[in-house]
Amino acid sequence: MGEVKVLGSWSSPYGLRVQWALGLKSVEYEYINEDLLNKSEMLLKYNPVHKKIPVLVHNGKAIAESAVILEYIEETWPQQHPLLPKDPYERAMVRFWINFLDNKDKVAPFITFFTGVGEEHKKAVKEAKELLKLYEEQVLGEKKYFGGEEIGMLDLAMGWMAYFGVIEEIVDVKILDAETFPRLHAWIQNFRAHPVIKNNLPDHDRLLQNYTEKRQRFLAYSPHTENA
Amino acid sequence: MAEEVVLLDFWPSPFGMRSRIALAEKGIKYEYKEEDLRNKSALLLQMNPVHKKIPVLIHNGKPVCESLIQVQYIDEVWHDKAPLLPSDPYQKATARFWADYVDKKIYDLGSRVWKTKGEEQATAKKEFIESLKLIEKEIGDKPYFGGESLGYVDVAFIPFYSWFYAYEKCGNFSIEAECPKLIAWAKRCMQKESVAKSLPDQQKVYDFILQMKKHFGIE
Repeated sequence: MGEVKVLGSWSSPYGLRVQWALGLKSVEYEYINEDLLNKSEMLLKYNPVHKKIPVLVHNGKAIAESAVILEYIEETWPQQHPLLPKDPYERAMVRFWINFLDNKDKVAPFITFFTGVGEEHKKAVKEAKELLKLYEEQVLGEKKYFGGEEIGMLDLAMGWMAYFGVIEEIVDVKILDAETFPRLHAWIQNFRAHPVIKNNLPDHDRLLQNYTEKRQRFLAYSPHTENA
Repeated sequence: MAEEVVLLDFWPSPFGMRSRIALAEKGIKYEYKEEDLRNKSALLLQMNPVHKKIPVLIHNGKPVCESLIQVQYIDEVWHDKAPLLPSDPYQKATARFWADYVDKKIYDLGSRVWKTKGEEQATAKKEFIESLKLIEKEIGDKPYFGGESLGYVDVAFIPFYSWFYAYEKCGNFSIEAECPKLIAWAKRCMQKESVAKSLPDQQKVYDFILQMKKHFGIE
């Protein structure tokens, strides 16, 4: 049903959402990896406004912003593995939570968890745990997936949690532990086990190496570190 | 089944205006409840415990939060009249992209124009005008962003027109001089009853902004 290209970046959860959506719907696509420090002509052409990944190109027409792309994928390939419920109210709830978790204030604690030290880090841990509690109790609840019995759009948006363990390993602090968040923990196991997800996760060793280097740099430049 | 629709809102909120316009376009009768944001009602706190913000659309007792999500919800439930989103998936995606752009750029940059002064304000003005010029291009030769009739991007963006006078006075510049096509589009939208009845008077908004500036201690 036409030519599909995805411009992404190997470790970006926003790009992976798009790949997972296409995979679940059995839509073939060409994946193009972008070096975000050296953006390609193609990326700048297809997303001149934001110059970011992911971008979906379908029959030569480009769509940017992961949430917008997911809606497009759902509308274009509606039959296979629906990602949204049919009921308008339930759809509004899915959209609400995707919008919530993508908000920069809600992403920030998890980023600072990785980049920060000292007081800043402590504050980030506290905020991150509060958010995780919200997601576990109010959003996931008793369901197997955020989408219910099957993986839905919200599961894909929550997909960053599936490999957050590597970040915890590097920072040497565990926040998403099985004891405190048993349901999220179970969700991660189920999510990761799905063949489409399993085959499209960033390589563990590469993440470990790459992000360890990044973390060293943050520590080296931080004024709070003892050896600075 | 009798439909009960309530909108918890605050008169100068451009986000609230979006839902007002969408409901008006669809001819939906609803109860408008004005919130005092310094003294939020129990209903607001109950219906939007996560953000405690307006607007909140309550349909048969169930709350929908976030203005663009409300507009999509309204469009889906009352789908037989005045469609706001196009039916073509690619056009829909384009509409969603630009509505998101309004949220990400226009609102933030506009806020910086009235909240800051000096160098900071000069930068904010420049970026604000650039963002207006970029979105202005999307109108093309069409009367509205949505084509021949009011669409999703029109509904998302036109509320900010009621704040233009305030931005201009605070920043000492003319939006019409920079973006004449945008102002022509805005005036065209204002001809529609659904828009005219949903937007407050620009002078009133400016007076409100002056009060806010005093409150925040901005000169």
